[in-house]
Amino acid sequence: MSDMTTDPLLAQITGPTPGQLLRRRIFGHQGLLIGAVVLALLVLVALFAPVLAPHDPYAQNLLERMQPPVFLGGTWNHPLGTDHLGRDYLSRLIYGARVSLLIGTIAALISGLIGTAMGVAAGYFGGRVDAVVTFLINVRLAMPVVLVALAVVAIMGGSLQVVIVVLGLLLWDRFAVVMRSSTLQVRGREYVAAARAVGCSTPRILLSEIMPNIVNNLIVVVTLEMAHAILLEAALSFLGLGVQPPTPSWGLMVSEGKNMMLFEPWMVLIPGAVLFVLVLAINLMGDGLRDVTAPENRS
Amino acid sequence: MLQFILKRLGLALLVALTVSIISFSLLFLSGDPAAAIGGETATDQDIEAIRVLYGFDRPLPVQYWDWLSSALAGDLGESYYFKLPVATLIVDRLQITMLLGVCGITFALLTAVPLGVVAAIRPNSFIDRLALFLSVAGQAMPSFWFGLILIVVFAIQLGWLPPSGTASAAHFVMPTIVLGYYAMPAIMRLTRAGMLDVLSSDYIRTARAKGAPEGRVLFKHALRNAIIPVVSLAAVQMGFMLGGSIVVESIFALHGAGYLAWESIARNDLPTVQALILVFSLFYIIFTFLSDVLNAWLDPRMRAG
Repeated sequence: MSDMTTDPLLAQITGPTPGQLLRRRIFGHQGLLIGAVVLALLVLVALFAPVLAPHDPYAQNLLERMQPPVFLGGTWNHPLGTDHLGRDYLSRLIYGARVSLLIGTIAALISGLIGTAMGVAAGYFGGRVDAVVTFLINVRLAMPVVLVALAVVAIMGGSLQVVIVVLGLLLWDRFAVVMRSSTLQVRGREYVAAARAVGCSTPRILLSEIMPNIVNNLIVVVTLEMAHAILLEAALSFLGLGVQPPTPSWGLMVSEGKNMMLFEPWMVLIPGAVLFVLVLAINLMGDGLRDVTAPENRS
Repeated sequence: MLQFILKRLGLALLVALTVSIISFSLLFLSGDPAAAIGGETATDQDIEAIRVLYGFDRPLPVQYWDWLSSALAGDLGESYYFKLPVATLIVDRLQITMLLGVCGITFALLTAVPLGVVAAIRPNSFIDRLALFLSVAGQAMPSFWFGLILIVVFAIQLGWLPPSGTASAAHFVMPTIVLGYYAMPAIMRLTRAGMLDVLSSDYIRTARAKGAPEGRVLFKHALRNAIIPVVSLAAVQMGFMLGGSIVVESIFALHGAGYLAWESIARNDLPTVQALILVFSLFYIIFTFLSDVLNAWLDPRMRAG
């Protein structure tokens, strides 16, 4: 240790850049890393499902029904066994990752657009706009999500598209709440006043002054709501009013396995465990991102 | 204080009115409700007769007003499927759901608050890490899966608890745990954060400086203040739990309001569904209103907001 590094002024000049600090925080955060790696793996599995799946997830083989997984005495032809229609369990799990990730991503995108627009408008304009948005958030929170989603999906008919749209239209509340308070914190800053002073238009202020400074909060909420949408889809499908058979949805697989639970508990355990791991990974990543980008962490 | 209550009450009523409009319009999302009631075998004349019988031929605002005014008088219409007044049906089924809700929130508070307190007293200890792990895992755990695992382990393998039904207190143990686990992570995190915040405040240092025993400092000075936001969160969670009861009641075959919701949705029994959405929302609105008032009463600073 030389005198040079202990000199605070010099350390400030030669110290790490904000980008280096951010990278250091990301790679020092276990939860974030684990979550991101697991999620990345599952995304890869979903993308390369046709290559990875050993069998067609829809192909029934009534002669090979309910074969146990390899670790319970099954064969390597069906590593995780087969279901009540003789469909390969592993292949259905692999294709199920597509359903969950697709629903999570698109539902979070739709609700993110709605909630962010409402929240930013409420935070930036205040007054009546804020009153209306706050009221709408209250109304939305008062409606029981599971019940309304079940009812609407039942009426409109259960399909992937309907489930995605219904969840997207229901889950915007947290986006609106978080974006509203983040915008409120940012809108009084000097750079916003400066942009206004040089005559920038409102859309430009919103898009290039406000948004970049609250986008970290947005990403955190996106991960949380993705996890929320995935869990809700699984619950709806489990109740028989979400994605319809024969689509390989993890919630549906748990529901189908439920009837055989007495003798074949693995049929319930496996799809639920995969669902748990996916949601856990997304949540760990979200929590990690919040820790890493939180302003109070910046020294 | 009175002004605050009146303001919140007005807001709650307005929210309730909007929710009632939304749940009413759900009936017309399906297209023609008369055709839905008639079923696939109904002729055009049948459908027309049903339309007149149920009053679907009148203008929508008239129908809404009619529905709302009879709902206010306690008449929520008749169930298409059960052929019973919806209000009777719901009141009947709500008892189980309320019992389950109270058990669930009690379980959540009894486990989450002590864990949160210990985690805050000893940050980064084993208990703190365990609490953090439980809350992260709890948020990722699909409740229907958790319920089925409990059934496999405690009802099928060990045979300690009955898998489904409502005959005895033992039947409520697993549903209570599953429903309560739902609310635990949020309550625990808030307790821990509140305690940490309070423990670093000046009046705790003062209490310690004047020589107050540690137990007294923790429970009389710290917990009392840290618990205020937890009380209101518990009220809000109670409202959310009613929604969660749909999944829990269907797994454990508890014939409460949540199970009724699932049954009536699966059977296209729209008056019951509409009424249940309204009732569940009203419960949430009442719980949040009570929590606001409670908060304002416990913490005068809140009244300004």
